[in-house]
Order: sequence, then structure tokens, then C-alpha cells
Amino acid sequence: MIQLDRVSKRYTSPGMGSKDALRQVSLHLPAGELTFLTGHSGAGKSTLLKLIMMIERPSAGEIMVDGIPLNRVGRSGIPLVRRRIGMVHQNHQLLFDRSVYDNVALPLIIAGFPRADIGKRVRAALDKVGLLSKEKLNPMMLSGGEQQRIGIARAVVNKPPLLLADEPTGNLDPELSAEIMDLFRDFARVGVAVMIATHDLSLIARYPHRLLTLREGSLIADREETGHGA
Amino acid sequence: MARNATPMKPRKPAPATPKRPGARVTRSAWRDRLTAWRLHHRDSARDALQRMRNTPAATAMTVLVIAIALALPAGITVLLENAQAVTRDWDGNAHLSVFLKADVSDADQRALAQRWQSRDDIERARLVTRDEALAEFRELSGFSDVLDALPDNPLPALIMVYPADTRPDALAALQSTLSALPEVDIAQLDVLWVQRLHAMIELAGRIVGALTLALALAVMLVVVNTIRLAIENRRDEIVVIKLVGGTDGFVRRPFLYTGFWYGLAGGLVAVLLVQITLLWVGSPMDELTSLYESEYSLIGIGFSNALILPTFAGLLGLMGAWLAVSRHLNDVDPQLL
Repeated sequence: MIQLDRVSKRYTSPGMGSKDALRQVSLHLPAGELTFLTGHSGAGKSTLLKLIMMIERPSAGEIMVDGIPLNRVGRSGIPLVRRRIGMVHQNHQLLFDRSVYDNVALPLIIAGFPRADIGKRVRAALDKVGLLSKEKLNPMMLSGGEQQRIGIARAVVNKPPLLLADEPTGNLDPELSAEIMDLFRDFARVGVAVMIATHDLSLIARYPHRLLTLREGSLIADREETGHGA
Repeated sequence: MARNATPMKPRKPAPATPKRPGARVTRSAWRDRLTAWRLHHRDSARDALQRMRNTPAATAMTVLVIAIALALPAGITVLLENAQAVTRDWDGNAHLSVFLKADVSDADQRALAQRWQSRDDIERARLVTRDEALAEFRELSGFSDVLDALPDNPLPALIMVYPADTRPDALAALQSTLSALPEVDIAQLDVLWVQRLHAMIELAGRIVGALTLALALAVMLVVVNTIRLAIENRRDEIVVIKLVGGTDGFVRRPFLYTGFWYGLAGGLVAVLLVQITLLWVGSPMDELTSLYESEYSLIGIGFSNALILPTFAGLLGLMGAWLAVSRHLNDVDPQLL
């Protein structure tokens, strides 16, 4: 679903030299699998997500998303790539000038879904994250965990083949974190490639899945946790 | 480091777009997309209006600035049109009074008038004999007693020449041609002052043209600035829309409508301002024209101009919004964290 082939990203700022945020990273995330991406802050997690989301371009190497070579995607093609990726943000990225329903409906409106379908899909997504009863509320009136779940509903509402999450359990207590993790595992079970960037080691320990570790821009470990749980 | 240890599970996520196995479905998918596009236009237009209504004071201020900038050249243009309408009839009277020398005989005078009549550059030539001139003068001047006292008719014969071409160059050429003839004493052009007036009106027209251009630019800049602020205020929304796959067109659309509405509203208010001013000027103007024994009444802005001005203003707003959006939208790029 995602394939990186010797991807590097170097930031150069005038007068301050340059910094390698990613060095020769190669990896493959297949469909239907949940993967953790970890590493200290500054290890390159955010850079990796930015490259996949086409917020930035790699300095070298190739990235494929859902069969699309990103190097060949021009500026006008970026939205179409992003529509294949559901992204859950650490700070939720919700809009507080509209209802929960309208927040979740946004990707569908943008992608031009027929209006009749939108209602059905939005309610299905809200039902999935357990917020169906709150569709008319403003997200500001909801708790952090609920806001996170709105973000998840929005990320999956158009059923993208790929789901990225950046510190999805950042400020949540263990119980809420567990609920959210269960959601991600459900999506992986129906065939979505899920990648969760986190430095919450206890979370990783509780859910044995594939674990990618970045350090100073290099992929230093790629291991499969087998055993209980999954 | 690429890894394929685990066998891939069969991929079964629903595709991002509806499945299209056949041509019929594809066509309906296209229709869906067209409908969605149309709906988004409608929603953007409505949403832009709603946002303007939500901030009535700020909106009114912007609209008024645009309206005043447009009403100024529009008002002056209407005044110029009035001036042109008043003087248009005078132009048709452009003629040369060609006074003949005293020694030209009556028969030669008639022959000359006939000859001129057949010239291409002369539409009509009318001979006014010395007797006719005297009779006319007597009637119009009220000096009949004085004239009776004169031993002799002091007036020369004259031929009124109505040229085919009343443009200044042609008039001057005809005047010099006729002056050069041996029978002619002087050929006098009676319309110089009308021409000067026309020249002045044309000059004023040019100045208004330049003014219009400058103020149109000002309107556009007002819209550019307003839209720039709107973009700044909706930065978060733009970022989210871009992150979930909104195209530039999708992001741009509400702002373009906002610019269009501002222009249109400004144009409509400008028409109102001009009409109100004309009403205000109208009654003293009627008084003035009646003193000149004229029945002239002011031409208003006119129905077609009342439509053209707001449309033009709307397009200006659209252009301003386009400039602002293409200049500032790229500044708003999504960043994680």
C-alpha cells in the first residue's frame, strides 16, 4: 500500500548548514496491516508522514502510495493522493465553526460524493466511533477523546485504503487509548493499511504489531511482535 | 529493510471513489461529479453571502468604498453624456457663411450657388441675395428705422454653405478653398465655439477614462485586501480542506464568490448613488434649462448602464479575489503538528 525506496530528506537553511531528516529509508506497508512507527522526537517520524501526505517532497528516493509513484504527481494531483489517505492528527485539526456532522462530511463533499450518499456514510462513520448521537453538536463541546474520534471518523469516512495517525493517543488516558486502538485494529482487519506514529512505548508494548523505529533519520529496527493480543 | 514476511491479506477496502464497472455507471459517476460541482458552487455562493451578512458593519464599509469609487466616474460619465446630448443638435447646424464681393452680379451669384450645390463636399448651398439679407436683418434686428435712413443696402450677398462633412478638418479645408475663389470676400465659419466645446467634452471624456481606470484599480485593490484578510481569518479551515484532499479550485471558490458579491453590491450601490445625485441636481437643472427656453431634461444612468455597472463591478471583484487568492493561498500550506 505504501512503499518507500531509499527515501532521503535533507533540509537546507541558508547560513545554517543542512540536516538530514531521513536517510535512505526503505519500507513496505501492506494492506490490512497495522504498523507502529516510533522514535524520539526529531527522529524523522513527522518528516516521513509529511512525505507520504505530500506536504513535502523527498530529496531522493521514491515513494509509492496505493500504486501511485509520488515523484510523478504534480501539484494539481496532490489532492487526489490525499483523498486515498485518511490522516488522524495529534491536534485533531477539526473546524469549530461547524457541527460534528459537517466536519466528518467534509472529505465527502470535497471528493464530490452524491449528497444522498453523504448522509449515510457520515452516520456510518460516526456510528463506528460511537458518536452518532452527537452529530449536531459543535466539536468544541466535546471532550479530547471524543474530538479524537471525530478526527478518526473524518479520516475513514471515504474509506481510504490507507490510514495514518500521528500520536493518536497523545493526551488520552489508557482506557480511551485502548478504545482508539481497537478502532484502528478494526480498520486493519477490513484491509486498510494503518500506520500509527507514536512514542507511547506502553501503548506499543500492549499491542504487539509490527514496529518500525527511526533514529536520526534512519530506520534502525523493523520487527514483528508476535504473541498474544492480535 | 523492505519486508514481506507476512503474507498479504486480501485487500478489501472500498475504493475512494465509487466503483465503475461499466460505461453506464461511469456516465452516472460523471453526472454525480457534475452535480457535486454545481452544488458546491451554489453552497460557496450562499456561504459567501452569509459570511458577509454576519459582519454587516465591515461589509457595509467595504461595499461603500467600492460604491463611491465607482459612482465618481459613473456620475461624471452621465454628466458628459448629458453635455453631449445638449450639444449634439448644434453640430448639425455647422455651416459657412460665404460673403460675396460687391461686384458679383446677381446672375453670377445664382450660378455660383448652383455650382457649389453640385460639389461633393457641399451638401446644400443657399443663396441669400442682398435684398433677402436686408429683409431678414430688418425683421430680426429691430433696426428697421435705421435701415430706412440708409441711402443704400449696406449688406453683401451671401451663400450659406452646409458642408457634407462637419468634422473640423473638412470644415477648415472647405473654408480655405472657398476663400480662395475670386468672387468670395470672406468665408466665415460659425461653429468654432461648438467645436471647441466638443473638443473639451472629448478631453473630459479622456480624463474620465483615465479616472475610471485608476478607480477600477482601486476597487480591485480594496477587494484584494478584503479577501486577503478573509484568507487569513480562515487559515485553519483552508489547511484542513487541503489536508483532506481539497483541490485549489475547491479552496478558491468561496473567496471568488466573496469578491464577486462585494463588487456586485458596490456596483448596485454606485448606481443608486448616481441616481440619487441626479434627482438632487434635477430640479435646479430644470429651472436653468427653462431660463434658456430649452426643454432639455437630464438623462439618467439608463437601464442598460444600470445593469452594466454592477456586472462590471462584480467582474472587478472577481478579478481582485482571484489575485488575492493566487497570491496568498499558497502561503497557507498544511503543516503537521
